[in-house]
Amino acid sequence: MTDAAISPTAARAATLRASVEARLKARHAQERRFKFYGQLAIVVALSFLALLMVRIVAQGYSTFVDYRITAQVFIDPARVSASDIGGANFDMLVANAILAKVGERDDDLGEASSKVMELISNDLGFQLMAKVRADPTLIGKTISVTGPMRADAALYYKGELKRALAEEDRKLDNRQLDWLDKLKSSGAIVTSFNTGFFTRSDSTEPEQAGVLGAVVGSTMMLIVTALLAVPIGVMAAVYLEEFAPKNRWTDMIEVNINNLAAVPSIVYGLLGLAVFINWLAAPRSSPLVGGLVLALMALPTVIIATRSALKAVPPSIREAALGVGASKTQTVFHHVLPLAMPGVMTGAILSMAHALGETAPLLMIGMVSFVPGVPEGFTQAATVLPVQVFIWENASERAFHERTAAAIMVLLAFMILMNLAAIILRRRFERRW
Amino acid sequence: MPANRDDTDAHEPAHMHIAVDSAVAHAPTGQIKVRARDVNVFYGEKQALFDVSLDVAERAVTALIGPSGCGKSTFLRCINRMNDTIPGARVDGRIEIDDENVNDKALDPVVLRARVGMVFQKPNPFPKTIFENVAYGPRIHGLTSSKSELEGVVEASLRRAGLWDEVHERLHQSGSSLSGGQQQRLVIARAIAVSPEVILMDEPCSALDPIATAKIEELIDELRRQYCIVIVTHSMAQAARVSQKTAFFHMGRLVEAGPTDEMFTNPRDSRTQDYITGRFG
Repeated sequence: MTDAAISPTAARAATLRASVEARLKARHAQERRFKFYGQLAIVVALSFLALLMVRIVAQGYSTFVDYRITAQVFIDPARVSASDIGGANFDMLVANAILAKVGERDDDLGEASSKVMELISNDLGFQLMAKVRADPTLIGKTISVTGPMRADAALYYKGELKRALAEEDRKLDNRQLDWLDKLKSSGAIVTSFNTGFFTRSDSTEPEQAGVLGAVVGSTMMLIVTALLAVPIGVMAAVYLEEFAPKNRWTDMIEVNINNLAAVPSIVYGLLGLAVFINWLAAPRSSPLVGGLVLALMALPTVIIATRSALKAVPPSIREAALGVGASKTQTVFHHVLPLAMPGVMTGAILSMAHALGETAPLLMIGMVSFVPGVPEGFTQAATVLPVQVFIWENASERAFHERTAAAIMVLLAFMILMNLAAIILRRRFERRW
Repeated sequence: MPANRDDTDAHEPAHMHIAVDSAVAHAPTGQIKVRARDVNVFYGEKQALFDVSLDVAERAVTALIGPSGCGKSTFLRCINRMNDTIPGARVDGRIEIDDENVNDKALDPVVLRARVGMVFQKPNPFPKTIFENVAYGPRIHGLTSSKSELEGVVEASLRRAGLWDEVHERLHQSGSSLSGGQQQRLVIARAIAVSPEVILMDEPCSALDPIATAKIEELIDELRRQYCIVIVTHSMAQAARVSQKTAFFHMGRLVEAGPTDEMFTNPRDSRTQDYITGRFG
């Protein structure tokens, strides 16, 4: 080898190196830029999420603080007769007891007592009536009763209704605020965790409104949805993926299923209204109809998720099973479906979580009505969490707004639980081998 | 000759079904077990096999060799009708196992595949325990009546596959925890467990290292005393080592078939000569 033979190669290597290095800087810069954009996108997304969470919690946490008043009420025999307990005005008795506590007497027109009734929940009167009904010997005695303050009074204690506001602009006048201050300093008011929010259903009085009815309604509706959408969806997907011939018909079905997944949910509500309520005369506003509508809506998602889970099972497993003489059905149910199970489960639970948060189609089937109780059956009128949020958000009373945020928190907690279930189930099925 | 055979079958369909049950398990060595006549295979419009006629001997290893895409795997998959599972695949011609037509519509592929076991290129144990892998076949075919009998079948199959000593202490661990070579022997044990008459192997060693390959080859040599084995291989050395008969495929046609030592020392066709001397493929 001579120098003449080597130098052209060396020169070529040098030019190559120079041109690579010249571009290297730009390439590294490009990588850094891309990394930065990615991080920026994540930061933006997370900060929006944080903002949302902070706002909801800030608005809703006060719901969980309950202001309760305890009053010693004298059951005046002159006003309550044992023969007609229901005819007595227990609210008035409570109001008088509280007036006495703040050192005032009712006037002849009953103006003062009706102002007191604006401060305390009528729950106290109902409790009193129940106690006297159960034991008429209480007439003529003084009994203690504890109940929630009205929402406006609670708002004052929470600092949301300010004395600084002009008297005519606020719901409570100066006299009422003075009474509230006196009651507070006398120790008749106690604060506690608002368990009532979880043990009561919707009410026209914000202080008595809770989410129990909506939680039970949502649960019942999801049971209907899951029982319909999961088995039907999984079976449809198994048939389409494993058994159906591949021809124009099945192609068309596949395209249509994908299209159905993209249909706006309110259209399913219209369909449910037309088919289940108008045609099949199913009870409107019930978990049954809500579940049916959401099952229709969840079906395409379940089918698509199941099909992709089945597609992900390696064909070698199918060949192995067919090779030892398993039939098509045995191959699918002994080997393919169990392997696809984590994916199927995840798809099913995510579509259930989606159904849980769905509002629009439920409005179409009349689920927007005021339901003060816990539904007792699948055909009873019920409300569900997202609709409850919608109803409270539209309420004019200010105290409902904090409850809206609190109901959203409950809804989010419900969803987090479902997603956790999805993760745990997935782990469980995957860990088997 | 084919016409004559068709006549016999048409007149005696009952005989055919009896043959399924009382299969000749211990035919003498050298007797023809699988007889293929004028087999054509189409994948949609494309023809993959052209008029293949081949006899496969009982209790011997027949190697199918040839360059990639020559149709050797396609032919193998005709024998247990695995091509049925490919959409658009069509098989013409006759393939007989003990005079019974494999492509008969009345023959359920499930019955056929219980008689003809298969081992694939990539070890594909089920994601279940070692025991369950071997027990699966006997269980779905109802071959055993008690748990102890099933355990006996599993042990015998694993022993025959030369895997028992390595796994008998961990039968209830996952089959996929084994090494590649062990997995392939597990798959062979799974095939043996249903007592097949024919075992098809589609490049069983192509995913294995030389030591695991040597073990499998040893096992194949052992198994040929009891089974009719057809093996597809890319390695001519392997064909020479394990097989008694070799068939050379090229471009969808069977070029030549004959005793292995003859094929490798004195091929009749120039294409065979070129392939085995490494000029193409």
